[in-house]
Amino acid sequence: MLDDFLVRSALAGLGVALAAAPLGCFVIWRRMAYFGDATSHAALLGVALALATDLPVTGGVLLVALVMALIISTLSGRTVSADALLGVMAHAALALGLVAVSLLPGQRVDLQAYLFGEILAVTPTDLAVIWGGALAVAVLLAWRWSALLAATVNPDLSQASGGNPKREQLILTLSLAIMVAVAIKVVGALLIAAMLIIPAATARPFARTPEMMAIWAMALGAIAALGGLGASLQFNTPAGPSIVSLAAVLFAISAAVSPLLRRS
Amino acid sequence: MILLETKGLTLRHGRQIVLRGVDFSIKRGEIVTIVGPNGSGKSSLLRALIGALKPSAGDIIRMPGLRIGYVPQKLQIDATLPLTVQRFLNLPRRQSSAVIRDALEQAGVTDLASRQMVDLSGGQFQRVLLARALLGKPDLLILDEATQGLDQPGAAAFYRQIETVRREMGCAVLMVSHDLHVVMAASDRVLCLNGHVCCEGTPESVADAPEYRALFGTGTQGALALYRHHHDHDHDHEHHDHNHQDHHHDNTHGGQNAG
Repeated sequence: MLDDFLVRSALAGLGVALAAAPLGCFVIWRRMAYFGDATSHAALLGVALALATDLPVTGGVLLVALVMALIISTLSGRTVSADALLGVMAHAALALGLVAVSLLPGQRVDLQAYLFGEILAVTPTDLAVIWGGALAVAVLLAWRWSALLAATVNPDLSQASGGNPKREQLILTLSLAIMVAVAIKVVGALLIAAMLIIPAATARPFARTPEMMAIWAMALGAIAALGGLGASLQFNTPAGPSIVSLAAVLFAISAAVSPLLRRS
Repeated sequence: MILLETKGLTLRHGRQIVLRGVDFSIKRGEIVTIVGPNGSGKSSLLRALIGALKPSAGDIIRMPGLRIGYVPQKLQIDATLPLTVQRFLNLPRRQSSAVIRDALEQAGVTDLASRQMVDLSGGQFQRVLLARALLGKPDLLILDEATQGLDQPGAAAFYRQIETVRREMGCAVLMVSHDLHVVMAASDRVLCLNGHVCCEGTPESVADAPEYRALFGTGTQGALALYRHHHDHDHDHEHHDHNHQDHHHDNTHGGQNAG
């Protein structure tokens, strides 16, 4: 079954969508949308680093995304406001990555593949990496769910009831780095943040509890991944952007019907 | 019996010292109020007591097994987070529904359990926070400007609730407040901070203290009207002319939560 590239693509898209959805909920609740951007844009630098040192690409991306996320969580709020710092880091990382890739000796790297993903070229090994990473993220989130929620609502409250908000922040940061590393093949560095944020934002009007929001986001993310993939085959459009476009259409529908939901 | 004690407690934000050399203690059943201008280190002291801020010097000694209930300044729950009151009270640990019902009743809001947190009014929200603090049957209730954003009657009602809670549960209460007149009337003891402990004692003695009057003046909010004494103190206290820029961190913290 895995011999069929279509099945592999569908599974890859599904794996990323399912893990990104609950993580994306936290990204939204904690107002970390730009944080996701900065971390994912750093992925390109990781690609360049990996290619230059013959490391596996996933490892390079994971490393750089993690370093990036740690730098941001340490620096934000100190001297520059968080959003300005994130703006600087996101674009600086992307620019540095593009420069670094161009400096690689001897080989022309297919930039398009890393910026927008190449889900149709997913190998069985890629698939194992994607599902391994997605599973790791899912397990981390499920294990810390309540503590993460408490820390998200208010760090001091979480501290007062015996929690450790700094550790929870670290766990989210780590999950985000893993997510970026495994999703780069599917949607590419530029669109990873979209897979995090859009399904979660789309799910909001339908949910009354955090858990319901995460489940809705997973369903909507899966629809976007599979539907977008189908649309890209049908209309011969790039797969990653097609997935994100469908997610955006779903968001628009959700935003349009949400006033009706609130009234009833 | 002393529940909690600090010895020479010093707190920093980065390189700035926000609070220096605080010796403080609170006994079982006592209501102690902390007053002080913006940026005087009030919130920082509370955050250190609950363990959210590490002291840079000095000690915090807690009675073994001390249970603390904490009510933060008006906290902002992001509108993107769907959260019922029931679910909020179950964070981070699941509570039995009987415990939750009791806590909501203690806090004076019985029928809110299924409401969304973001739909609550200011007064309801603060009472839900109070209910949350009461879940663990605390020995010590810590409130950080819990009536910020409430109008006068709302604040007064909230303080009456606190007194009821203390009477029924016998817990000590430590709170920061700006509502000087209410606080002065309801407290056993007042601690006046401005980067250090300016003065401390019964509400009457603090209201009379020259240090306090140098900070708050003599006509503040009618705070002193409750205590119709005549004073002929010398009000020339240059040593309390603090440079408030030194303390602005705490100030911005309060500002963010004001809305």
